[in-house]
This record gives sequence, structure tokens and C-alpha cells, in this order.
Amino acid sequence: MYVAVKGGEQAIDNAHKLLAKKRRGDTSITELSVEQIRQQLPLAVARVMTEGSLYDEQLAALAVKQAAGDMIEAIFLLRAYRTTLPRFCASLPIDTSKMQLNRRLSATFKDVPGGQLLGPTFDYTHRLLDFSLLAEGEFPGPQVQADAALDPCPRVLGLLAREGLIKNETDNGEAVADITREPLEYPATRAQRLQALARGDEGFLLALSYSTQRGYGRNHPFAGEIRIGEVEVWIEPEELGFPISIGTLEVTECEMINQFVGSGTEQPQFTRGYGLAFGHAERKAMAMALVDRSLRAEEFNEEIQSPAQQEEFVLAHCDNVEAAGFVSHLKLPHYVDFQSELELIRKLRAPAHKEPQA
Amino acid sequence: MNAYQTSRPARPERDEAYNFAYLDEQTKRMIRRALLKAVAIPGYQVPFGGREMPLPYGWGTGGMQLTAAILGAEDVLKVIDQGADDTTNAVSIRRFFGRTAGIATTERTPEATVIQTRHRIPETPLHADQILVYQVPIPEPLRFIEPSETETRTMHALNDYGVMHVKLYEDIATFGHIATSYAYPVMVDERYVMDPSPIPKFDNPKLDMSPALMLFGAGREKRLYAVPPFTRVQSLDFEDHPFQIQSWEHNCAICGSHDSYLDELILDDAGTQSFVCSDTDYCAQRVLQQETGQ
Repeated sequence: MYVAVKGGEQAIDNAHKLLAKKRRGDTSITELSVEQIRQQLPLAVARVMTEGSLYDEQLAALAVKQAAGDMIEAIFLLRAYRTTLPRFCASLPIDTSKMQLNRRLSATFKDVPGGQLLGPTFDYTHRLLDFSLLAEGEFPGPQVQADAALDPCPRVLGLLAREGLIKNETDNGEAVADITREPLEYPATRAQRLQALARGDEGFLLALSYSTQRGYGRNHPFAGEIRIGEVEVWIEPEELGFPISIGTLEVTECEMINQFVGSGTEQPQFTRGYGLAFGHAERKAMAMALVDRSLRAEEFNEEIQSPAQQEEFVLAHCDNVEAAGFVSHLKLPHYVDFQSELELIRKLRAPAHKEPQA
Repeated sequence: MNAYQTSRPARPERDEAYNFAYLDEQTKRMIRRALLKAVAIPGYQVPFGGREMPLPYGWGTGGMQLTAAILGAEDVLKVIDQGADDTTNAVSIRRFFGRTAGIATTERTPEATVIQTRHRIPETPLHADQILVYQVPIPEPLRFIEPSETETRTMHALNDYGVMHVKLYEDIATFGHIATSYAYPVMVDERYVMDPSPIPKFDNPKLDMSPALMLFGAGREKRLYAVPPFTRVQSLDFEDHPFQIQSWEHNCAICGSHDSYLDELILDDAGTQSFVCSDTDYCAQRVLQQETGQ
């Protein structure tokens, strides 16, 4: 009877073996390779890298495989690995205006310098199951024009800024905190907020951003520009004194143009919300940009009424590894606390005993 | 039930692929500095740069980081969950430190130098050479009255704890008793109201003037706090509704104890109950004493 309520070391070991079996599935089917996941599930890999805060396609693909497709588990695996890595340097800010674009669009102008570039997108696909994918085989690649080149694509919001129509964002020169090294304290800086949102759960940010569209902290967004492509990463080692490029990243960037602000002394100007994610992650970048803007309510003297405008609420709950951990800990034994509650509720329900003398 | 462990503490093989006790030395140093601050200001919640651990948040990552920061090669570690050494998560955490630190582990309370715990304080009185590390889910005692961290930090700073007494008073008005049975708030060193972690209030008196150092770690919330040895820790109450601990009409079905915290077991479909000690080591010590006629 005593053993029945206790877990043993053997039970844990067996549970892990059962999990490995579940992950492997039918062994008569070829095992999935990490490289297949990396190549053929790139959007899953992108999400794991973004919310795992580590740009490594191979390790993210490994995490997806090890997690048997559970994205939050995969993100957790990548983060737990990331924690152990030394930080030898902070890069220079990436320059997304120099991005090697494979997709770029603006919903605010019919045409912009450089043009609109649809690139690989689910947009305009009819969501009809493609039964031909049930069979393996050749796929018809896109038509390629070998001598095609991109025209320069200046930032759309930069064009508005030249006219003074949108608030300029300036670098205040403050050192950028690392929220994975120092605890987040409130009120947070915008840099800290953006870090938290970049790591934040896509689903949670999507729902919050949606709530702003439905009137809970409305701020009239327009997709000013979305761009996806490769950017170079530069570092400037102290001993060298000049920057060197260490490689490229694929990123998705979204700049939202929002409701203008102004006052008796200031001309009205549009404001922006910003989203950035690793890989091809458009939904995440858009949701992040909307929530970034709604969290700027205080900065723009807007009334804070809705969840998406409340910094503590959003930042304290957007991390899915934290949230999943705390929800799942309810599976741990709580019989000591529950016993306390049992004792208490029985006491409260007992027939009223003698009232203390008044 | 296993025979009571009387042999020398088990010392597992250390996995050299990881730094001693997993965390890197810089991180441990950061945590130790935060711990020194916590000891200097009893009951005050110190923010610290909590790291992502390879176990989920909510499963003891705060306690594990503190344990990792204070462990030395000669320490003897005991890990309990719900008072028991063999609950699954206690087994998992003990194995983690066995693997990453190669330190000796034990189930015997008197032999341990560091005890990591979730939800209990051992029944066997602790001594001055021991450190008790608590796993804490929500470090803020005022959290369920005031959800905003900005607000609660101000309330602590201003010693503004009126809302807590109002909450306890409302319990009495509604139920006739203070309806908090675990994570019962305490006043530390007559200054800070502290959440003793979700231990049953039965364990609260053990906090007061304890000779052992008590450390509390909340990983997800990135806060740690401490009760230094021989510090006054008072459970909040009212003169006409003094603090009371739980008691049972039953004795432990294994060792017969009538003054330890008991877990209730349901044995059959008819709901037949049985009660056993939640502290498995305490229970086993008593059984051994009875067997050897001591």
C-alpha cells in the first residue's frame, strides 16, 4: 500500500523508454532524419529558433525530432541547451535595410520603390488538401529568370519618416539588457519588452494582437512593411577595432504603422510597432509588432484599459516555457497541501461548535 | 517498504561533461551574491538572473539553482517532495545532482548537509550545520490579493500589509476560521511578510528560531529569499483567533506516530481511509527504533 503511492526510479526509466518508443513509431517505416526536418519543416524549425532564442537550424530540427513534434517541448530543449553556452560577444545591430530579400510587401502603398515581392507564402493558396503530396515524387519548381536582380528596396516607413509623417525612433544609446541573464523588472525598457515578445509564445501574442483589432486597446494598424530574407551578422572584436561579418541569418521583420498621436504643441504623426523573428515567421512578426505598439500606450499617453496594453500582464505571461512548466507542475504530487485543504474543509463543514464568548 | 538505509551515503559517478553541479561558476557567483543579500535582509525577495534549467519551470528550478550554487564536493544532499525521498520528482532532482556533481546523497535527515524540499519541512529537528532549500512556485505572499508586481514591491517597501490582515479577517467572517491551510503567510524578523512556500501551516512553527539556514528559490519568478538561523518567524494571526496547526485523530499506520504530519490514503472503493507519515525518513527512523527496541 505504501509503495503504491510512490514513484520509483525504475518507473521513471521505463517511462522514458516508452516515450522513445512513441517517438519512433512503427519501426518498419524509415526513421525521420534531422536533415529532413530541417529541409522539409522549415517553418517549424523557424518557430523553435525564434522562441528558443537560438539561431541554429540543425539543433532546432533535432529538438523538433526529440520532442516528437511538440513545439513547446522543442523550444524548451533548445533553450535549456542555450543556457549552457558562453557569451563571447554581442553583435552589431543587424541592418535589415540591406536584407537579401525573398519576400517583401507593403499594404500601405500600391507600389513602392523596389516593388512588392510575394516570395514563398501561403497567402492566396486555396486551403484544399493536396492529395498529390500523399505520394512522393517530383515537384515542379518555380520558373526562374537567371538574370533577374532586385532593385534597391528602401524601407517603406523610412519614406514616411522623410516627410515627418511618422515618429522617428532614435537610439538612446542605452546598453541593451539581456533578459536571459538579468531578471526583468517593471517597468521594462522597450528593448527588454521586444526581447520578451521575440521569445514569447506565438499563439499568445496572436490572440493578444487579435484582441487589439477587436477593440481591446485598438490602435488602427496597417502593415507598413513585411520583409523576409537573409541579413549579415557583424561583430566588432575589441582587439581588431573594425567589424567583421560572421555569417547570415534568415529573419522576418514587420513594421506596423499605427494610429497617429499629436497634441496642441506637436503635429500629428503615425506611430510604429515592431516585430522580428528568426526564419520565415510572418504571423509571429506581425503579432509581435501589434503587441509592441499596444504596449507603448503609456509612452503615447493613451488610456490603459485592455490586457494587450498592460506590460506586466503581457510580459509575465507570454513565455510558453514558463507557462507550460507551471501549468504542468500540477501533475506533481500535491497530497500534502491537499491534505491541509481536506482537514480545513472538514473543519469548516463540521457542525458549528460552541461560539466563543462574546 | 524499503529497509531503512543505515549504510554510508551513496556517492554516484560525476558526469564530467558538465560543470560541477551543472551551472557555470559565474552564474553560481551571481546567485551567491544574491543569497548574501537575502540573508542580510531576512524575508526580502531578491531578484536574481534565474537561468533556464533542464527541468521544467514549476518543477523545482529555483531550488535547484540555489542548491547548485551552494553545493560543495563534501556536501551530502537529501531531496524530498511532499516529505518523501522516493516521490518521482525528488528522485529526478537527486539523480540530477548525483550525475552533475557526483556528491553523496542520503535519505537520512540527520546525515544531510543540504536538504532540498518541496512542500515540507522534515519532522526531525534540523541542526546548525544544515541548509534547507525550498522550491517556491509564487514567492509573493500578496500576489493573490494584488496581482501587480510593481504594486506589491511598493507595499513591501512601505510595510503596508493591511490588505493581508483584511483577507485573514474576511476568512474569519465568512468561515469562522482563517481559511489558509498551506503557504500560510509569516512575518519575518518583524519586518517582511513572507510566503513560506506551500508547506502546510503545520510546518510553520519549525521556521521560528530554526538553527538551520533556510533558503527559498523561485526559478520562474526569478526571486530568492532567506531566513537566517535563529530568526523570529511569526505566523500572522489575531489575538482572538490565534494561529493553530493541523492535528489528526489518527496515528500513522506504519510507525504509530501521533504528532507528525499525516497523508491520507484511500484504500478501497468504500473509501476506507488510512493515514501514514508524509515524512518517510522520520517514519522509517521510528520503525527502526521500534525494531531494535531502542
